[in-house]
Parts: sequence; C-alpha cells; structure tokens
Amino acid sequence: MHLWLIPILPLIGFLINGIFGKKLSKPVVNIVAIGSVLLSFAWVLKTFSGLYPLEEAHVEKYFTWISSGTFNIGFDLMIDKLNSILLLIITGVGLLIHIYATGYMAHEEGYYRFFAYLNLFMFFMLILVLGANFLLLFVGWEGVGLCSYLLIGFYFTEKFAGDAGKKAFIVNRVGDFGFALAMFLIFIQFGSLDFATAFHAAEQMPKETSCGILTGICLLLILGATGKSAQIPLYVWLPDAMAGPTPVSALIHAATMVTAGVYMVTRSHAMFNNAPIALEVLAVIGLLTAFFAATIGLAQTDIKKVFAYSTVSQLGYMFLGLGVGSYSGGVFHLMTHAFFKALLFLGAGSVIHGCHHEQEMSQMGGLMKKMPVTAITLFCAGFAIAGLPFTSGAASKDLILEAAYVHHPWMYWLGLLTAFMTAFYVFRALFWTFFGEYRGHAHPHESPISMTAPLMVLAVLSLGGGFINIPHWLESMTHEHHPHVDTLIAMLPFAAGFGGIALAYVMYVLAPGIPEQLASTFSGLYRLIYNKYFVDEAYDAAIVHPLEEGSRELLWKGVDAGIIDGVVNGAGKTSAGIGGVLRRLQSGSIRNYAAWVVAGSILVIVAIGVMGGSH
Amino acid sequence: MNLLDIILFLPLIGFLVALLLPSADLVKKFTLGLSILIFILSLGLLGPVLSDPKVYQFETNTPWIATPKIGYHIGIDGLSIWLVILATFLTPIAAIISWKYIDHRVKEFFAFLLLLEFGMLGVFIALDLFLFYVFWEVALVPMYMLIGIWGHDRRIYAAVKFFLYTLVGSVLMLAAMIYIFNKAKTFDYVQIVSAIQSHNLTFTHTEELLLFLAFFLAFAIKVPLFPLHTWLPDAHVEAPTAGSVMLASVMLKMGTYGLVRFCLPLFPGAAHENAYWINMLAIIGIVYGALVAMVQPNIKKLVAYSSVSHLGFVVLGIFSFTQQGLDGAVYVMLAHGISTGALFMIVGMLYERQHSLLIKDFGGVATAAPNLTVMFVITTLASVGLPMLCNFVGEFLVLQGAAQANFAWAAGASLGVIFSAVYMLWMVQRVFYGKTPESVAHHVTDLTPREWLAIAPMIVLMVWGGVYSQTFMPAISSGNAKILEMSKDTHKSDWNSEQHKAAATNAH
Repeated sequence: MHLWLIPILPLIGFLINGIFGKKLSKPVVNIVAIGSVLLSFAWVLKTFSGLYPLEEAHVEKYFTWISSGTFNIGFDLMIDKLNSILLLIITGVGLLIHIYATGYMAHEEGYYRFFAYLNLFMFFMLILVLGANFLLLFVGWEGVGLCSYLLIGFYFTEKFAGDAGKKAFIVNRVGDFGFALAMFLIFIQFGSLDFATAFHAAEQMPKETSCGILTGICLLLILGATGKSAQIPLYVWLPDAMAGPTPVSALIHAATMVTAGVYMVTRSHAMFNNAPIALEVLAVIGLLTAFFAATIGLAQTDIKKVFAYSTVSQLGYMFLGLGVGSYSGGVFHLMTHAFFKALLFLGAGSVIHGCHHEQEMSQMGGLMKKMPVTAITLFCAGFAIAGLPFTSGAASKDLILEAAYVHHPWMYWLGLLTAFMTAFYVFRALFWTFFGEYRGHAHPHESPISMTAPLMVLAVLSLGGGFINIPHWLESMTHEHHPHVDTLIAMLPFAAGFGGIALAYVMYVLAPGIPEQLASTFSGLYRLIYNKYFVDEAYDAAIVHPLEEGSRELLWKGVDAGIIDGVVNGAGKTSAGIGGVLRRLQSGSIRNYAAWVVAGSILVIVAIGVMGGSH
Repeated sequence: MNLLDIILFLPLIGFLVALLLPSADLVKKFTLGLSILIFILSLGLLGPVLSDPKVYQFETNTPWIATPKIGYHIGIDGLSIWLVILATFLTPIAAIISWKYIDHRVKEFFAFLLLLEFGMLGVFIALDLFLFYVFWEVALVPMYMLIGIWGHDRRIYAAVKFFLYTLVGSVLMLAAMIYIFNKAKTFDYVQIVSAIQSHNLTFTHTEELLLFLAFFLAFAIKVPLFPLHTWLPDAHVEAPTAGSVMLASVMLKMGTYGLVRFCLPLFPGAAHENAYWINMLAIIGIVYGALVAMVQPNIKKLVAYSSVSHLGFVVLGIFSFTQQGLDGAVYVMLAHGISTGALFMIVGMLYERQHSLLIKDFGGVATAAPNLTVMFVITTLASVGLPMLCNFVGEFLVLQGAAQANFAWAAGASLGVIFSAVYMLWMVQRVFYGKTPESVAHHVTDLTPREWLAIAPMIVLMVWGGVYSQTFMPAISSGNAKILEMSKDTHKSDWNSEQHKAAATNAH
C-alpha cells in the first residue's frame, strides 16, 4: 500500500519550502505546504479504505536502519486499527490547520519558514504513529519535539519565545530519558524492539516473573509520556509553549503531538495489562493532572493560557481512562479532544487576530457581534468540552468517568468535580470574550474565510464526532467490556457541565462584580492558583539554579581549574625546563622540529638499550 | 608497494614538497589538491575491506630496523577503515577552512597539516607496536606546532600542557611496549596477539595489570577520560580552527582506537577486571563534561567540554564488552568526528567575523547570517543525539550495550543526553536568537561559497550516517566481533591456576 508515501509527502513539502521557500511567492508556498498534506490525507484515506476493516495489522518493511549483533531495527511502517484513527486525525485536522494558518500567518515574517516547520512536524508525527517498532516511534517522538522547539521559538528575536522553546525541549528530554531506558529494558528482556515480537513475548511471559520487569518498563514509559503529554511532574513546558503562533498551539500542543504519550501507552497495552501497579500510577497521575490543571485554569486571564491548562487537564482525563483500563475511552477522548481543542485554539487565534494580537481577555468583550462565526463555532467547542449531551466530548468523557467509577469511585468524583470546573472556566473565557461590552482599543473584525472555514468544519466535528464509535472499532484490539453503571452516575457529568456553564453565566454575565469580590476575599488562594502554585519557581530554585551554580562554582572553578589543573600546573612548574624548551617552539622553525624528532629517537633508543641490557 | 602504502606516504612526501615550494599560494593549492587525491585514493580501500572486514587487507610486512627487530607492518580492517577515511576526508576540509584564516607562516601551516595526516593514518594502520608508537609521536609534533605557532593568546600555556600530559602517557606506553618485546621477542602486533590467544605468551596477574595500565593511561589522556581531560579545553581554545577540527575529529580517536585495538586484545583479563572503575570514570566524564560545558562563557570551550562528554560514551561502549557497546563506540567516534568537527568549523567562522569566542559578544546571529545559523543548528541537533542524524545511532547502541552489561551504567550515562540538550540549546539561544546587536549586524555575514564547500559535505554525512547507518556498520561490526572474540576473559583461569600453584608451593 506504499505507506511510506504518507510521511514522505509532507517531508517533500518541507524540503521544497525549506530550501527554496525564500524565493517562492506566498501562493506557491501555500500550494506546496497544503498540497503535500492534502495528498498525504488522501493517501491515508485510500490506504484506509483499501485495507478496511483492518482486522490484522498491515506491516511494510523497507530497509535496515541499525544493525549490530542481535540488535536489528528496520525502517518498518505499519497500520492497524489504533493508528489508523490517529492517521486520520493528524492528516485531517492537520490539513484544516494548514489552511487556517495561511490566513493567520499572512502578514508574518518568515512565512515560508513557518510552513516548512509545519510540514516537517507532519512528517515526524506520521512516523511516530506509523513506526512498527519502539525506536521508530522514538524517532517521531524526538522529531516532533524538535519541531515543537522550532515553532515555539518561531519569533526567535523575542527572548520569551526562545526561552519557552528551550524549556519545552529540555523538559521533554527528561521524559525521553525514561523512554530510552524503557527501550533498553525491552530489548534486554524480549530481544527485540519490534512491537509484534515484544508484545507477543510480553503476553507469553508467566505472570509471576513478568510483573516486576514489566512494571519497571511501564513506569519508565510513563515518565516518557508525562514529558510529551504534559502531565505531572513534567507539564510545565506546555503553558509556556503558547509563545508559538496559535496554529502551532492548535496542531502540535492540542490536537496531535501532546497525545503521543496516550498513543504510546495504548500501543503498549500488552505490557501495561500485566503491570497493574503502573496502570494505577498512570490513573493517579492523569487524575491529579486533570484536577490541578483545571484549578489553574480558573484564574488565568490570557485566553491561550486558559486553553493550554485545559489541554493539560484533558490529557489527564485520557491518562485516567488508560489507567483504569479503558484504552478505548482514552483514545476516543484523544479524538474528540483533537476536534474541540483544535477548534478552541483556532477560535482563540481568530479572536487574537481580529483584536490585533491582543491575548488578554480583560481587553476583549462583546465580540459576539463583531465576530459571529468565530463566536458561534467557539461556543460549539465549549459545549463539547463541557460535555453537554450529544456532543463529542460527552461521549468520550463519560466513558472514561464510568470506567473510573467502576475502578475506584473516588476517581469518578474527583473527575466529576474537574468536569464541573472545566465547564466553568471555559465558559468564563467565552462569556468574558464574547459577551458584555468591548473593553479594548483595537478595531475587532471577523477573520477571512480561510480561517473561518476550518472553524466551521471543526465545529461540526466537535458536536457530531461522538457518533464515530471508537470503542466499537477498537473492540477486537482491547477486548474491553463496557461497564454498566447507575443512570445517576452516567447522568451526573451532564449536570456538572450545565452547572459549570450556569455558574460562569451568573458570574461573568449577570453579576460581573462577583469574580473580583471572590478574588479579594480569598486573595491568598487566588494568588496561589493565579501563579500556578509557584511550580516553575520551585523547579528553578530546587533544580535549575543549584545545577547551574554548582556546575560553575564547584565543578568548573573548583574541580577543573582548582584541583586538577592545580596538580597539573604544579607538575608543570617543577619541570620548568621543558616549558623553557617549548617556549622556543614559537620560533617554529623546521630545524627545531627536526631536533625534537632526533631527541625523541635518541631517548627511545637509549630506553631500549637500558631495558634490553637489564636481561 | 600497495595502495595503503601509497596513501600513507603521499602526505609525508607532500609535507617535504610543500616546504620546498616557493609561494604560499602554491602550497595552499598543492595541499588541497594532494589531500583530495589522497581522499579519493583512500576510497579505493573500501571495496576489498568491506568485502572481508575481518582480516587485514593491504597488508605490508617488511623488516624496518634489524636490532631490535622492528617491522614496517601495516594493514587495514573493518575497525580502522572508516577512521582512515575520516582522516583523509577531513584533511582537505581543514585546508579549505584555513584558506583565509591563516595569514602568517602559511607554507609551514599547510605542510604541517600534511604531516599530521601522515601521523594519524599511520596510527590507524600500524600493526607493529613500535611502529604504532612512532606514528603516535609523529602525529603529536605537528599538533604542537599548530597550537604553538598559529594559536591564540595563551598558546604557549596550552601547548606546554598538551605536551606534558601526552609525554607522561606515551613514555609509560613505550616502556610497556619494550617490556612486552622482551617477553615476546617481537613488536609485531599480530604475532603477539596470536601468542596471547594461544597462551604461548602469558603474563602474571601483576604484569598484565601494570602493562594494561601503562597503555590505558596513554590512551585515556588522549581520549581524554575524566579526570585527565584538562588539557583539551585549553588546547581547543588556543588552537586555530583547523587544529581544533583535526584534534577533535581525528586525534582524540587515536586514544579510543588504541583502547579497542590494543588494550582489549592484549590484556583481556586486566581489561575486564578494571572495566568497572573505568566505566565509572566514563560516566562521570559524560555528566561532568556536560555540566561544565553548560556554564562556559566561551563557545569553543563549551564545545571542547562537550567532547569530554561525548568521548565518555565511547569509553563506556568499549568497556561494556558487548557487540552493541563496541559498535556504538566506534560509530560515535565517526559521528563525533563529523558533528563536533563541524561545530568547531562554524565556531571558527564566527571568530573570523567577530574576533571573539565569547558568547556575550554574540546574539541574533540568525538574523544576520541565516544560512550559517541553519547549518549550526543542524549540527547542534546531531550533537545532542537527535534521531536521523549520525550521533544518535552510536549513542543509542552504546547505551544499549552498557545496559546489557549493567543497567545502572546506562541510566547514569543517559543523564548526559538530557544535559547535552541543555548546554547546546542554551548556547544556540544566546548566540543565534534574540535581537541583533549593532556589532553583530555589522560584522557577521553569511556563509561564503568556500565555507559552503567545507560545511555542506559534513551536513550530508550527518544525515547519511543517521538515516542509513548500514553503509558503515557492517565493517565496524565485523571488526569489533573479532576484537570481542580475542578479548574474552579467559585469563582468569590462568591466574587461578597460578594462584593454586603458589598456594600449593606455600603448602609444601
């Protein structure tokens, strides 16, 4: 089926725009960038329909990438039920975002550079999900990290953009450290990094011996996932990543790259299923991340920051789903989230674009009349993330919460509270932005059709995407039994959604004085969450600063210059004669050189004589 | 006279000819032309060696000195082939980047470049211990000169330090060689190794340990292994660009090559016995080098400390005694040669423009010189081990091999991968991103065609090595398989029986 075409097409787009882009006109850059993704999307559709219903994984082997002894890694791509969903999301949503970006980036410097990076991202993201072994997945994993770094730092003349890009890359490296160690263990244990071989071997292992090693492997994989998918303790890079252009936030930091951890864990479910402790850890990390990120979201005033924390929070839901054994729930939420979160970001981008690069919601308000398409589509996304009945978000989130209830009821209740907060803070942002009177000083206008058309497509998907029956599609892979819970338990998430929206309506439309009152009454708590629990500051004080100062003062000036060179220079002074001779090297004549060789040879011959004579 | 002899001696002849040529301009062209010719000729070695990388190809073995019997014995196999090509490949590139940079004593500079090539090639193909020692020393002389004559302000200090360190190591190695000669009655590497394999030549436990340590010290200084590394940052900072490139790319590999070629097969027992603390030093070096690199105010010093970190991976791979570890180690030797060589080249280009190596004197170079920036960033990504670029393949294999030997080693060394991203990206941010100050905008221009000529092949190789490692790996792998076969730890039984005998004697 020529799976290789799927990633190669965007790579070609990257090469053309990357190398010749400077000399190409904008329409040509657009055709290359959008065309390559469009063709890739078309090829995914063709492959998908050709292989439907994909009961067996389809693997294609191209060439050996690394081979050393028994360690063999092929450049092998595969498609199966799981990654076919992701392929459709990546190329489909990716295509919409590319189209949107032609409008959003129209007046930016480095237009071609932006699209080159975006295409390169598509290449690596497609490799990530198509790879048939852990190392190829890792190639994509690192590659998307690189593109994320480049795109966050797109406005590289600004210090904050450079800082944010660097932070994203380095924090992700901490996760990659775990991922790499997991791969070493997988190879040692199973003798291969191929998915098929490794998972088969993992399933065949007797339970008594497998638990320890598999738990170790899975915990390390989880560390990897917390980096890429922005979970506690490595979520800190994602909010800063909003320094990049908004289409990047939508594509990379909402719809695709950040879900790579969810994909990786689901892909490895054969291992996780035999590592119950790791699954429990995953569920707790996911739930706590969902909850804490939601609390931070309550107090943010930058529209992109609100959605960034909401992404962290929603990713937490996905991991909760995986951790409580509902892989299909996690993947389902991955898909619906891709629709409504991409829409939230693109909508936010449309607002920012319309308000001339204003991101503070205190400078917005009353935009409903000025940007009706943006407003209505954004409300659609809001309904979905709030989990109102029949929206896509409801279908997937309820699946996760029900599975959580069966696993441990407290997880359900905390998840429910989070759902309530989510509905509240998202609608707080929407009401604040679109209702009331305009508070800024720009002249807001609706965005061009290239931007609003993708919004409308995504709005339809956000509302109706829940009818794509992912749990059924994945049934043969995950073998899950969908739990039956009380009607009340199944209905409460709807109530949480409506309740959150209602509260936001009261506080931001009916009685707009309440938020300030609350903030001053609970000023300590407010400052704590407004400042994101001071986690960045704590990391700086506990890790970054000691590492930097310790390296400078202790290692470099202490050990290197002080101790080691102290000894060396001491030895050097005692043999000052040698130094004196060497000083004459400056004259550098050939005679000097010849003298050296002769002197050296004499030394050697004398030495041989002495040694030989001793016998 | 076979092809290998010709390739070895052409640079020496070239060195002599260059000194006789009348004009500096002519010497430049002559050096470039000759080194390109040597590179092309060296590609001719590939066919036979790759078809059978386990045996020594293009072998020449004739007596050189009658008493003591020293042979001119050279040959090339899967382990050395790519190192030889690395040396022949980088020499013309070093000539290109020195074209304008060197403005005094031009003739000698280019002549020494050829002499350096002669020494380095000899080191990688010598199959006689004494011959190896001679080349080892020959290679050092032109490097002293490059640093001492064409270096920056503190060049004398750096040259003295370089000399002192190296002298200590190589004198002990020479003594050990002579000791072996006295026992084996030959300096011939192939004969000695086969005698050791067949147990015709045995060392006592103490003998083997001391001999191993003498060789090891010489190589460890050259690598350099922590804590013997402090000559390297000074040498790099003071050296002219071409000197830094050759030093980092090829000369350091003389040390790691020596470890593989000599320390493992000659003293397998001692090598195994000492692997634990050697690997600890390697891991300390990986992390320490990275942390110290992070806080350097000088770009070149930063890259130099990063070499300490990268070379730690090589040592760790070698002393993991696994196929993956050794293959990865040799691959890192090559990959580091390309990526760090390219880093030093571009840093040199920055120096030529701004006349400073301090990070604080730069900023916003991306705006002033976009192409140069792209090349630097690609090289940086190779250096931090991004997959699909060359270093990743080697470092991953090293870590995989180390994990098989001891998982904690892999975990410790992997920390270096995190820190490498920290120091490189932080430097990239401060030098290339941000607003462009007046002086940078004024002085830092983009790549010239000559510079493109030097940097483009390096970038191509970074991608090639990262995507299609199978070009290089099969030969390396067979070479290493042979080394591993020879360095099995069979000597423990000998020592045990030795101890039994001693115990038995005592009992009587």
